[in-house]
Amino acid sequence: MSQQASFTIEQFYKHISQGKLMGGKCKRCGAVHLPPRPVCSKCFSKEFEWVEIPPKGKLMTYTIIHVAPTRFQSMVPYAVGIIQLDNGLKIPGIIRDAAAEEVKIGMNLKVIFDSSVETSQWPRWPRYHFKPA
Amino acid sequence: MKGKPLVSIVSAGLSKFGKLEGLYGREIFAEAAKEAFDRCPNLDPKKDIKALFVGHMGESYEHQGHTGATMADWAGLLHVPATRTETACASSGAALRAGMFAVLSGFYDVVMVGGVEKMTNRTTAEVTEYLAMASDFPFEQWHGITFPGLYALMATAHMHTYGTTEEQLAMVAVKNHHNGFLNPKAHMQREVTLEKALSSRVIAWPLKLYDCSLITDGASCLIITRPELAEKYTDTPIHIIGSGQASDAIGIYERETFTSLAAARIAAKNAYEMAGVKPEDLDVAEVHDCFTIAEIIAYEDLGFCKPGEGGRLIESGATRLEGRLPVNTSGGLKSKGHPVGATGTAQAYEIYLQLTGQAEKRQVKEPKIGLSHNVGGSGATAVVHIYRRGY
Repeated sequence: MSQQASFTIEQFYKHISQGKLMGGKCKRCGAVHLPPRPVCSKCFSKEFEWVEIPPKGKLMTYTIIHVAPTRFQSMVPYAVGIIQLDNGLKIPGIIRDAAAEEVKIGMNLKVIFDSSVETSQWPRWPRYHFKPA
Repeated sequence: MKGKPLVSIVSAGLSKFGKLEGLYGREIFAEAAKEAFDRCPNLDPKKDIKALFVGHMGESYEHQGHTGATMADWAGLLHVPATRTETACASSGAALRAGMFAVLSGFYDVVMVGGVEKMTNRTTAEVTEYLAMASDFPFEQWHGITFPGLYALMATAHMHTYGTTEEQLAMVAVKNHHNGFLNPKAHMQREVTLEKALSSRVIAWPLKLYDCSLITDGASCLIITRPELAEKYTDTPIHIIGSGQASDAIGIYERETFTSLAAARIAAKNAYEMAGVKPEDLDVAEVHDCFTIAEIIAYEDLGFCKPGEGGRLIESGATRLEGRLPVNTSGGLKSKGHPVGATGTAQAYEIYLQLTGQAEKRQVKEPKIGLSHNVGGSGATAVVHIYRRGY
């Protein structure tokens, strides 16, 4: 491993806690991985650089969750969706600050970063969410 | 050679599906194995069966791993090499393939393949948590996306892209509950009306309670052998003539499309090519309707209709018992139930019954070629098999 922060999911969430959406760009073939990967799945290179991805995109699909796992039960009903970022990559997340009937495919959303970590157990990852841009 | 029998199914067994209170997974598997032995008097289980491959998804339910050896012992097959396969809800589809490889390699003449899951001893919240383990943890589960939520994301995309309606989704439930009503081993042997399905409570919009399959206990198994040995055991062998399996990104957000499962398309293409069979040659099919939208997407991925036309296909009635291609005659995962590890070989069991004319009230008229489609998780695994009557 190089001295540079490794290209891992753990590091992706460290960047989230710093308010940045970062992908790993393969220095050989140029593919950008979000989440980052230690080995490029396109060309098998292990040489990457971090690229900051503008934290905004369009909603591709969504659902309104009414039956939730224990840790999300206090939030129901809540919307989750998958957004396509401006560079073409996609990430899922919870959509806040929009009533269920306002959530529409194609709407513009921005990524909001949470810096707090709610648990002392693994995984100690902060969350991000989406809100209307 | 296209259409050449790869292996032959000489017997099959299925436990009752349902809330089997007080029964452990191993006891349920013993029931399925016993049926397979009883169907095949020419087989001496202890002498003839050389290995067991058993699909099982979760050790959390019964706090029990090491499923291969446990099931072998309870089936009465102590000391056979016994191995568990795990590909989420496609675990026993993968077990069938593992057994096929063992026979096709010439290593063993006769093997048992099957699957088992005990689920109803846990609360719905716990089951929801365990099933979600088949999806991506760091980006899907971590952000509150449930397992029904993943299929709901596909349903919303399908509705938006192709105009598929909530009524069409509900029609899948109505059809499969009708078939399950005719299946004495189904979990929920009850007709459901379109109105009831549409007015059931929302789980993950647009999916409602009646769009979701059931939390069920059950086990299933098949006994397979080399085609040239099949006549030693039965007069009514069913040949497997095509088999395909493929994988995809664990997170649906990384996939190219949300309206189709690439793994299912690839597995189907490989199985059809191996079998020398086209979708229009099929007489009966069991598809993985873990949610109603999954059956509509399956129609398209398997070539029963063009992409986007799955909603209209269910509406046309073509996939009903009396239609041109009956789908999920067993009641499917929706009504027969979905003990996840058992589902793949339970689908094969239904095709076996249909092709041997033993499906009773839900028997399709003289089917010769059948297909099963078994999906793991939200589509990161798919297994497709094609079967032909061998007599």
